Amino acid sequence: MAISLATDLCGIKLDDPVLNGSGTFDALAARSVFGDALIRDFPFSAYVSKTITRSPRAGNPPHRLWETPSGMINSIGLPGPGLEGFLERDLPRMAELGVPLIVSVMADSREVFGELVEAVAAREEVAGIELNVSCPNVHSGLIVGEQPAETEGLMKALRPLTAKPLIVKLTPNVANPDEVARGAEAGGADALSLINTIKAVAIDPVTTRNWLGAGQGGLSGHAVRPIALAQVRAVSAAVSIPTVGMGGIADGESALEFILAGARVVAVGTENFRDPRAGIEVGEGLVRALERRGFGSLAEAQDSTLS
Amino acid sequence: MASESTAPFGRRPCGVVDSRVTGGYRIFTLIDEEGPAPVPGQFYMLSAAPDWAGEGGRPFLPRAISYARLERTARGQQRLDFLIDEVGPGTARLAQMERGDSCLIAGPFGHGFSLPRELNPEAAGAILVGGGIGIAPMAVLRRHLIDRGIPYRALLGFRDRAHSGGIDELFGCEETRLAFEDGNAGHKGYVTDLLLRMLEGDDPAGAVVYACGPPAMLEAVRIICAERSVPVELALESPMACGYGACYGCAVPKASGDGYHRLCVDGPVLRGDEISTALAGVGI
Repeated sequence: MAISLATDLCGIKLDDPVLNGSGTFDALAARSVFGDALIRDFPFSAYVSKTITRSPRAGNPPHRLWETPSGMINSIGLPGPGLEGFLERDLPRMAELGVPLIVSVMADSREVFGELVEAVAAREEVAGIELNVSCPNVHSGLIVGEQPAETEGLMKALRPLTAKPLIVKLTPNVANPDEVARGAEAGGADALSLINTIKAVAIDPVTTRNWLGAGQGGLSGHAVRPIALAQVRAVSAAVSIPTVGMGGIADGESALEFILAGARVVAVGTENFRDPRAGIEVGEGLVRALERRGFGSLAEAQDSTLS
Repeated sequence: MASESTAPFGRRPCGVVDSRVTGGYRIFTLIDEEGPAPVPGQFYMLSAAPDWAGEGGRPFLPRAISYARLERTARGQQRLDFLIDEVGPGTARLAQMERGDSCLIAGPFGHGFSLPRELNPEAAGAILVGGGIGIAPMAVLRRHLIDRGIPYRALLGFRDRAHSGGIDELFGCEETRLAFEDGNAGHKGYVTDLLLRMLEGDDPAGAVVYACGPPAMLEAVRIICAERSVPVELALESPMACGYGACYGCAVPKASGDGYHRLCVDGPVLRGDEISTALAGVGI
């Protein structure tokens, strides 16, 4: 019998440990492009939305993308409908996906963060909330996620607002992400997700100026995997809450690496751009990878520790 | 025009059955057994298999390419032609594919062209303006118009002989005028010179223009048409990671100044009056 991948993330029951990274899969656009086949074969066990902000955002001016060796830099700038538009138009359609929903939110103050968390958590469609304190494309994102005390303070402000799981998305652009992770845990976070993209710049070879419209962006894809693994290992060892590991996961083998490094579940990001069914491939590949490595269950791999 | 079909969910391997040089470009042919018929202006995300992201880690992302011709084999299979110019690691790798190789494709994606009467009830026909590799979607649209008995005239522009191809194979000589910047054939200068001349000689009230080509050409066409209130649809290009709305990378500024179109799902064909500039993709 094939190994079952069923698991959970701070109380959210999951058919398998494969989520999407926030902002790497627009399920509503994908549904209009691929039709109901997307619902029949949804690639993730839970769907993480693109980051929602209070007001609508246009996003960054082009260019927004640059291909690198085994990766890419993006500088998208969180375009979105704003909280009201999201709750009215997007969330009801996301509920049709048939998987638990985790809504990512970002704000530039504790007050607005609180407003977003309360409004989103009040909706029954929402299983959990991810707090984007790490997006390197928006100036305000750097500040909280770079500081352990700031992160702890934010979590203490948000924790009383909901009983639903609060997941803090960590930035990799700090010397010691484990210290920020401890701050998040001390403030009441239920889980941590990492890594976000790594601060990066691209030079236009023709004009010799910045290629990206916003001047800088974030690196993702296969190229960041070893860095992500190191951070997942350090953070997972530093806290007792579960982690969502991501950064260049492209197949079952790389997903298993993150679980062995300490992640309870994993997320697929950039690989979705290369292959819309990447989440399915990762899940199927994970079963084979577990079998190949002699694991009798997913839990066995989740409980094992790297020496 | 024909409505877009839903694309099969995911990538599928397609056999390469031909790859040939045409001028300075290359045309390769795939057999797509599963996909629905695309409509003119739609595109596919292509990656050669295996060895995509092979040497030096590039190409990493699939490449968005419009199809240049659709035909049916005797067995009813769909044959798709793609016209490419080797400008970077992705197109260079695609150009290396040979008969018997496999190419991963996803799509067809995006919104295609409208019919002339949908853009201008008074339309007598269509003016197609293609520049460089951008003649591919114009070739598809041309056939579409011919099948429907809609008159057209095609204006094709190229930099020089090394940056041209597919003219005879994808376009007939009738109703087609050429411009080469180096004077190699036809008019010496820009294809937009030919467009200006044609619009000045015509009654602009009955004109509809379609264009695909380099950003600078598209921007010139957009402005020429806007100044004369001539409806125009532009098939645009942009750096694009996914093709299906996931990455938000292919941003094209809206005419309203209120944010950006996502070219992969809102385009790649947009009306001239829907965008503030066609130059957003410059440099790719």
